Amino acid sequence: MSKLSMSPHIHSGMSTGGIMLDVIIALLPAAVAGVVIFGLSALWVILTCVISCVALEALFTLIAKKPQSVKDLSAAVTGLLLALNLPANIPLWQCVVGSLFAIIVVKCLFGGLGQNVVNPAIAARVFMLVAFGSLAKAAFPVDAVAGATPLAPGATMPDLLTLFTGYYGGAIGETCSVALLVGGIYLVVRRVITWHNPVAFMGTVFVFSFLMEGYDPIKALSMVLCGGVVIGAIFMATDYTTSPPTPWGKVIFGIGCGLFTCLIRYFGSYPEGVSFAILFMNILTPYINRWTRHKVFGTGGAK
Amino acid sequence: MASYLHGVHVPHRKKTRHKPVLRMDIPKVVTIPMSMHIGAPSVPIVKVGDEVKVGQKIAEAGGFVSVPVYSGVSGKVSKIKDYLDANGRTAPAIVIESDGLQTVAETVIPPIVTNREELLTALKESGIVGLGGAGFPTHVKFAVEPERIDYLVINGAECEPYVTSDTITMMERSEDMGYALRVLCDILGIRKVVVGIENNKKRAAVAMRKMAADIVEAEVSVKMLPSVYPQGGEKVLIYHTVGRVVPEGKLPIDAGCIVINCTTLATIGTYLKTGMPLVEKCVTVDGGAVTNPQNVLAPVGTAIAELFEACGGLTCDPAKILYGGPMMGVTVPDTTEPVMTNTNAVMALTKKEAWLPKTTACIRCGSCTNHCPFGLAPMAISHAYKVGDVETLKTLNVETCMLCGCCSFVCPANRPLVQRNKLAKELLKELRAKEGK
Repeated sequence: MSKLSMSPHIHSGMSTGGIMLDVIIALLPAAVAGVVIFGLSALWVILTCVISCVALEALFTLIAKKPQSVKDLSAAVTGLLLALNLPANIPLWQCVVGSLFAIIVVKCLFGGLGQNVVNPAIAARVFMLVAFGSLAKAAFPVDAVAGATPLAPGATMPDLLTLFTGYYGGAIGETCSVALLVGGIYLVVRRVITWHNPVAFMGTVFVFSFLMEGYDPIKALSMVLCGGVVIGAIFMATDYTTSPPTPWGKVIFGIGCGLFTCLIRYFGSYPEGVSFAILFMNILTPYINRWTRHKVFGTGGAK
Repeated sequence: MASYLHGVHVPHRKKTRHKPVLRMDIPKVVTIPMSMHIGAPSVPIVKVGDEVKVGQKIAEAGGFVSVPVYSGVSGKVSKIKDYLDANGRTAPAIVIESDGLQTVAETVIPPIVTNREELLTALKESGIVGLGGAGFPTHVKFAVEPERIDYLVINGAECEPYVTSDTITMMERSEDMGYALRVLCDILGIRKVVVGIENNKKRAAVAMRKMAADIVEAEVSVKMLPSVYPQGGEKVLIYHTVGRVVPEGKLPIDAGCIVINCTTLATIGTYLKTGMPLVEKCVTVDGGAVTNPQNVLAPVGTAIAELFEACGGLTCDPAKILYGGPMMGVTVPDTTEPVMTNTNAVMALTKKEAWLPKTTACIRCGSCTNHCPFGLAPMAISHAYKVGDVETLKTLNVETCMLCGCCSFVCPANRPLVQRNKLAKELLKELRAKEGK
């Protein structure tokens, strides 16, 4: 009659699907802002990426005879994140190719959820950046005069207010800092992420830029708010699978991301470096993990 | 990094804490296992057909880490059978048919305790073991040089959901606790006593403060602790009450502390005052399947079915029946199992309460390691165990794990983390035993 099993016999109710749903909710303000700023074409990009990611994962698990995993919503998160990192004017077939790379190559072939070495959305964006020229030609707000993205050579930096509201050229979800920060606060409040990663990331970019921009705090802040640092720090660098779990690990990871972003921006040949920096730190994560395990209570002197 | 050990917020569900304790009718039959404590099983000294009385010794200690066992009813020994306990050990169990008279044995007289030797003998003769659940013989804990005891820590944390028997003890038996403390402190020269209570037990804390004020033999303080599971874990409690760290693989006494559960202390008090050994237990009977959850005073050996009966019976077929709370409790196959000396609660959980999500893939979120009170890395341990990497296992300090279950509780993928920790501990224990030979 009574079932035998080892304790614990109750559960917190936390679930992968619940966490992913929180991430989607947190990304919604940025997605809505993207559609408002860049027009309906942004919506088509978002829908294409999300639908292709989910469909591709469903198809893969079906063919590979794995347990169906799309209902954990992780594929939807990948699709949404990828879309928000793409310009609104990108051809939709390129979105499908990008989704294919993210879900099949980066995620499923490495063993599916939790087994991927790098963040699928980031890796797909980098792949698309190298493969398609369209990513370099950023989209612009519907009613704005086309120009260059703030970080492109020779472009002028928008003022801080514009950087917060997002009415300037860039990827769908990366320009509206306010929406991203609201999402970030939601995730911290819901305890899906901690502050360590984003703060270390954005803090490092701020300090580095402050030193490089002649000790100008406004310019340094602009460097934090543009070029995908905010979306990268809050949503990509905090990806569980590809970033360290412990507080110190997160801080090191965040500082590394910030450092490489700035090195690429100031000394590299690409105008923006967030994707490359996160991708690089993803690969270093297993090593960071090894250095930053919690000290076990009762070992090596007083805690 | 943290000055406070992690843990998890578990639901409290302590709805029985302000209900009066029910003294149940004497059961017709009690089954008293000889393996209710940690250590060697006790050895029966009665045979089938013998008449026994309440408080009469029915088994002798089977070694140093062992205790004598007493009958909680008067009646006749009807059977001595084999009993398989939750740890997989088989030991005798004495079955006694009660005559309902509850005649008290002549041997139940207060012990004379004037020095350390007499105190240790009395503790051993009392049959008292750690009543928080571990069942470690209390006399063994105190059999250390008295100078080594800097602190006596009284565990009143009771961090398990549902369970309130310790809370009730602190509220209703503080006099017995105080009596025991005075004797222990006086004879062993203990100068400092700390009572650790979770801050969701305000009334118990009031009773404890009142008790503390009456004790002159030692400095007794009451420390309120946040209600964070596993606050009552021995090493966690020591760290949060006196700020000391018990080194890995060591005992509390190596950090100058002895920890005893508040009910254990109250039972010592009762024995020293009256000579009545450990023969009955206050047990929290709760869980969604119990009609009228409450604390029940029952003789050791009472079938748990009778406890449920005393609480109005079960409303539905329970999904799980447990000894102890839902975080660390042990499942029992059916309700014929007896109440043991270390049983503090009996649960009948409904399907809804005992619901566990399906196990899915690890997403490496790190919740397990970030919530582990000892900072272990359960996902790494789990992986090393699964692939049989013993060398890595040895570096992951899995032997420190107290099996509190925080990791499994918080895991969004509901991975069997604490379960694998236990297997890993067993594996290393076996290997070390082999190496030792």
